Amino acid sequence: MSDISDRVKKIVVEHLSVEEDKVKENASFIDDLGADSLDTVELVMAFEEEFGIEIPDDAAETIQTFGDAVKFITEAA
Amino acid sequence: MFDLTGKSALITGASGGIGGEIAKQLHGAGATVGLSGTREAPLQALAEELGERAHVLPCNLSDAEAVNALPKQAVEAMGAVDILVNNAGITRDNLFMRMSEEEWQSVIDVNLTSTFRLCKGVLRGMMKARWGRIVNVSSVVGATGNPGQANYAASKAGMVGMSKSLAYEVASRGITVNCIAPGFITTAMTDKLTDDQKTGILAQVPAGRMGDAGEIGAAALYLASPEAGYTTGTVLHVNGGMAMI
Repeated sequence: MSDISDRVKKIVVEHLSVEEDKVKENASFIDDLGADSLDTVELVMAFEEEFGIEIPDDAAETIQTFGDAVKFITEAA
Repeated sequence: MFDLTGKSALITGASGGIGGEIAKQLHGAGATVGLSGTREAPLQALAEELGERAHVLPCNLSDAEAVNALPKQAVEAMGAVDILVNNAGITRDNLFMRMSEEEWQSVIDVNLTSTFRLCKGVLRGMMKARWGRIVNVSSVVGATGNPGQANYAASKAGMVGMSKSLAYEVASRGITVNCIAPGFITTAMTDKLTDDQKTGILAQVPAGRMGDAGEIGAAALYLASPEAGYTTGTVLHVNGGMAMI
C-alpha cells in the first residue's frame, strides 16, 4: 500500500510540478493541485504505464483525488 | 530549409500522387517515413526509390481494426510517430438525390473516421514527447462545396472542425494540428478529365493552371517542421487563388 502510494505520489509530483507535502489523501488533482483536464488524462496514462494496468475511461472519471488514485490502483494491481 | 532529421512521419495514402510527394519531401528533409496505403506495390516502389529511412505499412482504412493497429505498427517500425499526415481519401460521387447511404458512409468512414482513429492512436506518444505535428489533408470543396460531392465535401469539412478542436486540446503539449486544403492538383485522378472539363476548371483558377503535387508536399513540409510550432488550428489553402478564404 505505502509502496503504491509513494509511486503514485512521485508521478503526481513530477507531472504537476507540485510540492510533495501538498499531495494529500483528499487533494483533488484539478482543484488543489492545479491540473487541467488534459493533465488528468496524462496522469491516468502514467499510472497505467507505471503499474502495468488498464484504467478504463469510466473508471478514470472517478479518480479525482490522490486518494482515489491510490485506492483504485491498489485494487487493480 | 526545414530539417526533420530524427523525426518519424506516418503518411497515409502514400501510394497516391499527393501522398507520395508529401512522403518524398518529408524524407528529403531527413525524416524517417512510414508509407501507408491500400495498394502495397506502389508503396514498395516508393520505398525503393527513397532508399533508407522508408517503411511500407499497408493498411485498409475502411477496416477499423487495421486502422487502430497502424500507429502501433508504425512505432514498431520507426520507434515513434512524431508527424502524422492523414492524406488518404476516397470519392464516391453522386448527386445528392441519388446518393446511397453506403456511398455516404464509406466516404465518411475512410476520410473522416480513419483520421479520427489515427490521430487518437498517435497522440499518446506525442503528448509524452511534448512534440507532435498532425497534418490533415482536407480539400477546397470542404470549404466551398461541390455538386456531386456532398459526402466528400462533408468529410473534408468535418476534418477541419475536428482538427481545430483537437488543436485547442493539445496546443499546450507542443502538438500542432493543421489542415491543408488543396485545389485542383495534377494527379492520376485529374488526368482522367477531358480537355473541356479542364478548361472549365481552369477558368475558375486565377493562377491559370492546375497545382503540382509538389506544391502540396511543400505545404505539408512546412506544417510538419519545427518552425511551424506556433501555427495550429489553421487551414492552409493551396489552390492557385481559386477560393480566397
